[in-house]
Amino acid sequence: MSDAILEIKNLYVAVEDKEIIKGLDLTIRPGEIHAIMGRNGAGKSTLAHVLMGHPDFEITGGTIHYLGKSIDEYDVFERARAGMFLSFQYPPSIPGVQVGNFLKKSVNNVRDEPVKARQFRGELNAAMSKLDMDKSFLSRYVNDGFSGGEKKRLEMLQMMLLKPNLALLDETDSGLDIDALRLVAKGIRETESTTGFLVITHYQRLLDLVKPTFVHAMIDGKFVKTGGPELALKLEERGYDWLEA
Amino acid sequence: MSDEAMNAVGDYRYGFHDPENATIRFDKGLSEKVVRDISKLKDEPEWMTEMRVKAYHHFVSRPMPDWGNCNMLESIDFDNVTYFLRSSNRTENDWDEVPDDIKNTFNRLGIPEAEQKWLGGVTAQYESEAVYHSIREDLEEQGVIFLDMDSGLKEHPELVKKFFGTVIPYADNKFSALNTAVWSGGSFIYVPKGVHVEMPVQAYFRINAKNMGQFERTLIIVDEGSSLHYVEGCTAPTYSTDSLHSAVVELIAMKDAKIRYSTVQNWSANVYNLVTKRGVAHENAVVEWVDGNIGSKLTMKYPAVVLKGEGAHAEVISVAYAGEGQHQDAGAKVHHLAPNTTSNILSKSISKNGGRSSYRGLLKVNPMAHGCRSKVVCDALMLDEDSRSDTYPTMEVSNSTADLEHEASVSKISGNQLFYLMSRGFSEEEAMGLIVNGFFEPFTRELPMEYAVELNKLLELEMEGSIG
Repeated sequence: MSDAILEIKNLYVAVEDKEIIKGLDLTIRPGEIHAIMGRNGAGKSTLAHVLMGHPDFEITGGTIHYLGKSIDEYDVFERARAGMFLSFQYPPSIPGVQVGNFLKKSVNNVRDEPVKARQFRGELNAAMSKLDMDKSFLSRYVNDGFSGGEKKRLEMLQMMLLKPNLALLDETDSGLDIDALRLVAKGIRETESTTGFLVITHYQRLLDLVKPTFVHAMIDGKFVKTGGPELALKLEERGYDWLEA
Repeated sequence: MSDEAMNAVGDYRYGFHDPENATIRFDKGLSEKVVRDISKLKDEPEWMTEMRVKAYHHFVSRPMPDWGNCNMLESIDFDNVTYFLRSSNRTENDWDEVPDDIKNTFNRLGIPEAEQKWLGGVTAQYESEAVYHSIREDLEEQGVIFLDMDSGLKEHPELVKKFFGTVIPYADNKFSALNTAVWSGGSFIYVPKGVHVEMPVQAYFRINAKNMGQFERTLIIVDEGSSLHYVEGCTAPTYSTDSLHSAVVELIAMKDAKIRYSTVQNWSANVYNLVTKRGVAHENAVVEWVDGNIGSKLTMKYPAVVLKGEGAHAEVISVAYAGEGQHQDAGAKVHHLAPNTTSNILSKSISKNGGRSSYRGLLKVNPMAHGCRSKVVCDALMLDEDSRSDTYPTMEVSNSTADLEHEASVSKISGNQLFYLMSRGFSEEEAMGLIVNGFFEPFTRELPMEYAVELNKLLELEMEGSIG
């Protein structure tokens, strides 16, 4: 088990004294793609946020180990520096902060050595062309006045540049159109092959584009069933009621 | 705050100082005799001596302003200020000849590099007078005069006499009277007709002696069809007793001329910074103030433009940062005297740790000034509940054709922004620094690169130790 990126055991999480996650187990190894499906309010986003260390969520029971260490030892930014990444469903705007500058600083935050300007430009150009992004993006302010698709592009660009060990993708919004889903799929494909992914989604449409290693069905704060890609199809077809019986 | 961070902050605020190396220093306190002695020592023409004396008497009789921050103003002990101090007996024009301890201070401020990159010429004011002065040859060839004010008075007495005190008369306010009485140093610039000075010219000011008042006087005249960008940076070492800084800056932009005056000031937290800045814009001329205020105990500064000629334009972009125990009372004034004149005012302020920032603005449109346009935008960012931000906009509009806009906003840093940035590996302090720098960006982007970098660095350091 020492090769696991993430090991969650019997996790309980509460927000404002209300228990959201109620006894959850999950292990993610390098290169695995874990999809979590479930209805609104099942606790999917909560899991992503508690892993990243959002201050509103309190771990009330169980353990989370990231790269063999208890996650309690890491603050949010230390998790990021240790290679954890969260793609936001609704990333906030940071007015006055240019995308190019923000990306360079973010990359430097997570790497051991400051990246050389030339090397960074090379990586940036390659990633941007894969995501079909125009250079003019770099001088805009982070997410400021961005369309939904542009925000998604910037999230995927960050993921590709930051090369995380563990990427958490919060894609619960059923409003994501097919282009956005393609972007997410591309982002996943273009990130390191050793990255472990936790992809949260409502529908299996995304999973048509990205083949998950495991699919977890989540109901009321725990995984009620785990399987391969076929489970996603089954959930799409039959809903979740059959799992609650 | 960690020791390392503490050192970095201490260093960056230039909390170091050289031993006072004053060759001539007056006793503390002010009297007509002190004023006359300063003038005599400088071997000034009589009209200047008389103007100083009149200004002194006006200063004494004029009451303190009853607005701004009255408590802080009343706590200034004018008898405990040194009004004149000369640290080097002559003005230097060659860097090699500048005394070592003075040079050491400037080195830590990065002046030589700055010179390489940006300088059209340098007047670095050390205590009361310029000790270092250089001017690029091509500027000299173009007939541009760039001197410290004392030398300007000596070498161009007619020009100085014609314009000195015409934009800001000594009786304008209590502190312009004080400055006129005891001024020393500052810059004198004249740009002749049709000359565009391509590179920004800059000067650094610095207070280095305890209780040392600094009263520089700057006069800039840009003649018809010419342009100039002047950059002033101020830093001061940290001292335990209060210091008084009261400058006067007069700008004159003739027909079709353009002047931009950029400042970043970082006085230590005990300095009273009471400055009068005003420019006159003649027909189709442009006067721009780019004014950044970080540090000081109390700043009262309202860069002003008098739009005197038809079609003239004023631009005032300012930022203020008020930390613990600080009050930044800053803003802008524009007087639309002539028809079809336009103005833009953008003011951004940040308050933190109980600091207070106030925007105080005056927009005046004369009855004869038809077809004027003005836009005023004030944005305040509050970093905690203890801090304070106020807006005092005054509009006196006597012409119904004026087109005026006013927007104001107060905001806070959201938890969502912080979480997002921290999830990208920024510590909470770094995240706040980034957001704060972003907030000031519309100002910062107007500065020469090195100043922008310095300001961003400064704000990031201000965010250190701010969490918890």
